[in-house]
Amino acid sequence: MSSIQYAQFSNTAIMFAALVYSLALLAHIAEWALHRAPAPDRDLIAVGGADAGQDAAASTGISYREDFAGRFGVALTVIGFALNAAGMVARGLAADRVPWGNMYEFTITGCVATVATYLVLLRFQPIRWLGLPVTGLVVVLLMIAVLLLDIPAGPLVPALHSYWLYIHVTAALLATGAFTVGALASCLYLFQSRAEARGRSRSGLAARLPEPETIDRLSYRVHAFGFPVWTFAALIAGPIWARYAWGRYWGWDPKEVWAFITWVAYAAYLHARATAGWRGRKAALLALIGFAALLFNFVGINLWGGGLHSYAGK
Amino acid sequence: MTDTLDTPLTTQPTEPPPAPGTLTAVELARWAWRQLTSMRTALILLMLLALASIPGSLVPQDRVDPNAVRQWQQMHPKLTPVYERLDLFHVYSSPWFSAIYLLLMVSLVGCILPRLKVYWRAATAPPPRAPRNLTRLPHSTTGASTASPDNVAEASRTLLRRRRYRVLTQAGEDGTVTVAAQRGYLREAGNLVFHLSLVVILVAFAVGNFFGFRGSVNVVAGQTFTNARQSYDDFAPGPLFREDSLEPFSFTLDDFKVDFTTSGPMLGQPSSFRADVSYRSSPGADTAKQTLEVNRPLTIGDTSVFLIGNGYAPVITVRDGDGEKVYSGPTVFMPQDASYESWGVLKVPDAKPAQLGFDAQFFPTYAYSKQTGPVSQFPDALNPTLSMTVYQGDLGLGSGVPQNVFVLDKSKLTAVTDNAGKPLSLTIPLGQTRKLPNGLGTVSFDGLRRWSRLQISSTPAEKFALGGVVLGLLGLLGSLFIRPRRIWLRARRSENGSEIELGGLDRLEGHGLDQALTDLFADIQKATT
Ligand code: HEM
Repeated sequence: MSSIQYAQFSNTAIMFAALVYSLALLAHIAEWALHRAPAPDRDLIAVGGADAGQDAAASTGISYREDFAGRFGVALTVIGFALNAAGMVARGLAADRVPWGNMYEFTITGCVATVATYLVLLRFQPIRWLGLPVTGLVVVLLMIAVLLLDIPAGPLVPALHSYWLYIHVTAALLATGAFTVGALASCLYLFQSRAEARGRSRSGLAARLPEPETIDRLSYRVHAFGFPVWTFAALIAGPIWARYAWGRYWGWDPKEVWAFITWVAYAAYLHARATAGWRGRKAALLALIGFAALLFNFVGINLWGGGLHSYAGK
Repeated sequence: MTDTLDTPLTTQPTEPPPAPGTLTAVELARWAWRQLTSMRTALILLMLLALASIPGSLVPQDRVDPNAVRQWQQMHPKLTPVYERLDLFHVYSSPWFSAIYLLLMVSLVGCILPRLKVYWRAATAPPPRAPRNLTRLPHSTTGASTASPDNVAEASRTLLRRRRYRVLTQAGEDGTVTVAAQRGYLREAGNLVFHLSLVVILVAFAVGNFFGFRGSVNVVAGQTFTNARQSYDDFAPGPLFREDSLEPFSFTLDDFKVDFTTSGPMLGQPSSFRADVSYRSSPGADTAKQTLEVNRPLTIGDTSVFLIGNGYAPVITVRDGDGEKVYSGPTVFMPQDASYESWGVLKVPDAKPAQLGFDAQFFPTYAYSKQTGPVSQFPDALNPTLSMTVYQGDLGLGSGVPQNVFVLDKSKLTAVTDNAGKPLSLTIPLGQTRKLPNGLGTVSFDGLRRWSRLQISSTPAEKFALGGVVLGLLGLLGSLFIRPRRIWLRARRSENGSEIELGGLDRLEGHGLDQALTDLFADIQKATT
């Protein structure tokens, strides 16, 4: 295929990814809508049931239809992810480089990272309650990317050609995926712990989510994964690349400043989790501050900031 | 170390007590120190540090982009003095920023040193003794075995050792045997290494900033650069930089080549920059050669030379009305955009009858059309052409005020006009000469060279900074992913063997301790039958 065909294929794949994610979102909405507060005596019905999945579902108070909607949502998410990833790869082939040279590409690639983090976690832990927030978020992100940010594929300036750049940005993207899931979890945690404090944890939306402690633990795990990866991206690979490109490893360029602020905020989050009087809600807020700094670095600095990193597509 | 549940699996400092009512000076100092080195203070200082970094990304910074600072100051004359008083143009070396990170460092060191001692004691101590009732632990299991308590203990000891636990076995008087095991000692070490390496990084960073320098210079192909302060176009030394620490090297830019893509969607984009350089590390040393590329600096001793920009330097000769050669040589032109259309200025103070000044434009691939006027169609030098307007009069060089070499001061200059009375515009292709009107002389475009902008810098202690972060990352990984765990086993003699109690305690809940206990129990059974 020629680079123009790749670019067209990429655009189509991203459109369809957005569509399929939207369907996944609908499925998860149906899942939540079908949820009934478990009636104490219903647990008994399923005992001896033939279908193992149904059995497991019933024993946790989940109806068959709800479970089906949820599984359907996950299946659609996987398909959306495949399209999203194909679009990302084709975009890279179209431009003959890594697909994160501008904000549009960073967004579609960031969605891949986020959904990948979610799906990998889902493999090992019962976190389907994240399905609705995750698909909702990527639908919005892909819409923004397609409608507002689309930029034709173009080359990188020579200063950006370095394998340290690839390492740096790959790691930054991985961490971004983890931090995005972490931020969703932190939001849900804040929501749920508030519902619990008001004695409403078993009604309304709150009933679809696990206990606050469970959410908090998940949030910690993804952050604990994201933080060292971010440390590597922003404080090791980035400076090494900067050293070779501009002759200094750290120069307080706006992009570097916000990478640093992000790092400090997440360090504060991990620190707070071990500090008396800061666990729980305050710590979750710190994680969200870290995520806000991450987003600002990606959106704000690219739009308004100058500096050496402004290649990222104004 | 009497009751296990009281000895935590961490060396975290305990919360400082609230301030007592009345204090002696010593008590007050001790209280303040404990506050400063508490986790909570560290947290607040961390947040302050993040907050304090923000203004430096919004206001232009002297060390990042001095031109942006000047522009900003011209646009905001009222705010400038206020900002200057607040050090907002050099946030990262301001007293208030330094105060935060110095406090953080003091807090950090004050926190780590005692923790090192605690850790040392904990790491060399045997695993803590078992609590009296293992079934009261958050995770426990019980069972029976046909083997004797001694055999059970021996088997579990081997199994736990294999799982990399540190194990202590104690036999009671009534034939009861207790096994205490702990693993994950390195978690705390990782945490300490991480925090220690923060200190290393900060010190290395400070050394680099205080003792290093950064300068830049434009060198035209064929010219030689000697490393001395006056050779630089601009030079930014750290506060403690000493001029005699400049290394005595010199280099010649033999050639500078740029390749441009000539087809496809990337038409006209540069695909590579290469600078061939011969250098000597000191005046007496042998000459060596190297090719510099973007991302491939030349390193001489502790100093590195980077390629950060380039452009064209047309070789221009000006003869005055008397036929005297009053200007000759390559002149650095500044590229304006990706087409390498460039601007330059010639100042010819020695010309007679009048001083001459030229505002010149350079087109590497000259093309002309009615709609666009003169443009450069391609960034490579395929049809190099100069276009200039000429001024005569007083260049204003005698006033003693240093002038920008890229700007003509036109206050005492008048434009030279053509026969129609319009300002004269000369178009000179490479190799040609043009006559100026009124016997002012001639201008010729004799040759074309390239120049490259080189950044020369030295940042001492770079390796320490890198070592520091790598070590910090390793420590962090250990600290986040090593999970300390304690397991105790008690085997009591029973009629047909022994009764076993197995209990465990995790530092972080939720990592399958129950499963681990079940597995261990099954393995013990297997090993003892
Ligand atoms: C320079 C500023 C600091 C940064 C960036 C920082 C960062 C961190 C991070 C990211 C963690 C969580 C990862 C881990 O468990 O190792 C952590 C944990 C910890 N920090 Fe800091 N820290 C700083 C200063 C301090 C200071 C001054 C103290 C002393 C009071 C301290 C004491 C601790 C302790 C005890 C833990 C372990 C908490 C636990 O038991 O899980 N830190 N720190």
